[in-house]
Amino acid sequence: MLEIKNLHVKLEEEDKQILKGVDLTLEAGKVHAIMGPNGSGKSTLSYVLAGRDGYEVTDGSAKLGGEDILEMDPEERAAAGLFLAFQYPVEIPGVGNMTFLRTAVNAQRKARSEDELSAADFLKLIREKAKSLKIDADMLKRPVNVGFSGGEKKRNEILQMAMLEPKMCILDETDSGLDVDAMKLVAEGVNALRDEGRSFLVITHYQRLLDHIKPDVVHIMADGKIIKTGGPELALEVENNGYADILAEVA
Amino acid sequence: MALAKLKQDTTETRLSAMQMPEGGHWSDAARADALSRVRMMGLPTRRDEYWKYTNPTTLTDANGPPAATFDMSDESQLFGDIDRLKIVFVDGVYDADASDPLAMEHVTIARLAEAGEKDIHWAKDMYGTLEIDGQSPVERPLAALNTAFASDGILIHVTGKAPKPVSMIYHHSSDTSDAILHHCIKLESGAELTVLENGPAAARFNKCMEIDVADGAAFHHVRAQGRDHERRAVTHMFTRLGANSTYKSFTLTANGVLTRNETIIDLRGDDAIAHVAGAAMGDGDFHHDDTVFITHDAVNCESRQVFKKVLRNGAVGVFQGKILVQPGAQKTDGYQISQSLLLDEDSQFLAKPELEIYADDVACSHGSTSGAIDEDALFYLRSRGVPEHQAQDLLVLAFLAEAIEEIEDEDIAADILSRLEGWLVRRR
Repeated sequence: MLEIKNLHVKLEEEDKQILKGVDLTLEAGKVHAIMGPNGSGKSTLSYVLAGRDGYEVTDGSAKLGGEDILEMDPEERAAAGLFLAFQYPVEIPGVGNMTFLRTAVNAQRKARSEDELSAADFLKLIREKAKSLKIDADMLKRPVNVGFSGGEKKRNEILQMAMLEPKMCILDETDSGLDVDAMKLVAEGVNALRDEGRSFLVITHYQRLLDHIKPDVVHIMADGKIIKTGGPELALEVENNGYADILAEVA
Repeated sequence: MALAKLKQDTTETRLSAMQMPEGGHWSDAARADALSRVRMMGLPTRRDEYWKYTNPTTLTDANGPPAATFDMSDESQLFGDIDRLKIVFVDGVYDADASDPLAMEHVTIARLAEAGEKDIHWAKDMYGTLEIDGQSPVERPLAALNTAFASDGILIHVTGKAPKPVSMIYHHSSDTSDAILHHCIKLESGAELTVLENGPAAARFNKCMEIDVADGAAFHHVRAQGRDHERRAVTHMFTRLGANSTYKSFTLTANGVLTRNETIIDLRGDDAIAHVAGAAMGDGDFHHDDTVFITHDAVNCESRQVFKKVLRNGAVGVFQGKILVQPGAQKTDGYQISQSLLLDEDSQFLAKPELEIYADDVACSHGSTSGAIDEDALFYLRSRGVPEHQAQDLLVLAFLAEAIEEIEDEDIAADILSRLEGWLVRRR
């Protein structure tokens, strides 16, 4: 599904190397987690994959379903099936949540040469998905993320994911700022989307989230590289001992 | 005091090219008075403080630069589905064939050009008087010029709730037209009227509207200034508000090489409300100036100014907005916001917000901002699959939303929104 090879990335403005050769292969239907200390490049990896400005790829490649995505515009990557759940979802005053979602869903359908959803069909679909995420009609009417609590913002991200039905979901610290109940709700939303045709890359600091979204593979990232890969037990090891042991072991 | 030579020359050159309409009868005195006031004040020049951000030269020259008309075929007719009484002008000349009969329940309508023969007491007592009041503390010579030389205009007297809006449609046909229109609108106590205006009007257009809103009356105004890239316009709206009365005005301006819209409102009676809003979108050779002066003369009145401008390719936006709270105008609630969205580094927004307050129990606030499109929001939308141009349009409309929300009638607001969307699509 997702194949990242020797990915090197620097910040455009500061000439600072952030990713220093990331290799990662994620098969269809699998859940991989990336853990790592602050500043290791986890969020940068998610932004680079989603196509945010400000980064320069100096070497390596990233392919989604065999297609090179690094040359694509962000909207093309989305239409190709990539979705990034933001660590800090952006507030957009003046754009209604529902309008935004309908525009996005139909833009993707159009890009894939599918028919656009009618207003009635869209409404039916969103009501159904919103209900399971405990998102009420008021939240759908309000401007995108404006005045939403931390938990509401993250639930709104998962709602977008459910509506857009991407093949490759990247969750960037989706657990940050969530209490236990909110985290469970979000995790349930994610688990409901697990499917053999859909892969997840879960970026997190903590083992906690991985109790609810069980990963198949765990990677440890430090200083712009993946330094260790293992099973779910690796997350537990980090939880118990921190990163120091792993960093020492690799060095 | 003698006028500066530049001002005197400008004024006399302009006046020498003009002719006062004949047969004005009762308006003759008002016109003569206005002409003498023009001579005393002199027409504006760049050296005037009030015209610091907008060069008035092409508005005061004997002849304005020519302006081509624009192919209308790709645009929907604005307000087309709204039941309205249409009054059509072509280059400032009344078009009887295209206009509806000038009559409806609770409303009497007459043309200024024909009113000389008629004994219209209310108009006789009103024509030019609000304009004169509006000349202080800031002079507005182009409005006096209008009162003196207006070739036509519509006089509307409203005694109850008007069953439908009066819709003034200003077509532009000749590249060198130079039109001056002066409307007077008088709403008696408890009356209600909506006035719609749209169209580019003329190569050069000077329009004045005087609106007297009596106690408990309500006046709504929605205007779309078009579209012809080279047209120039200066407009003045002078309004006097009685107790418990309401005034709500919205203006959409898309294109036009030069527009100066002055709004002068006097809140005379207690508990009156005045809202004035504008959305302007400029691309390239576009200069748009909103100049607003709101005077609070009574207790517990509310005024609200919301102006938004989207500018690109070197377009210039100007906002001069003042709230004057007179002694005794306690419990005044004054709000003013002017914002611009600059879509590139060549565009400019010049804002001069002013508050002058002589009462001690008031709430007045103002804000002015200028910024680029929010890159984070743009990326967020694109990351969900919305193409860049569409994402940008969404953010532009979101920026303008606060101004458009000032339009109360949903159908009219929808028309304005679709005009905006059309503009965005064509400008891609």
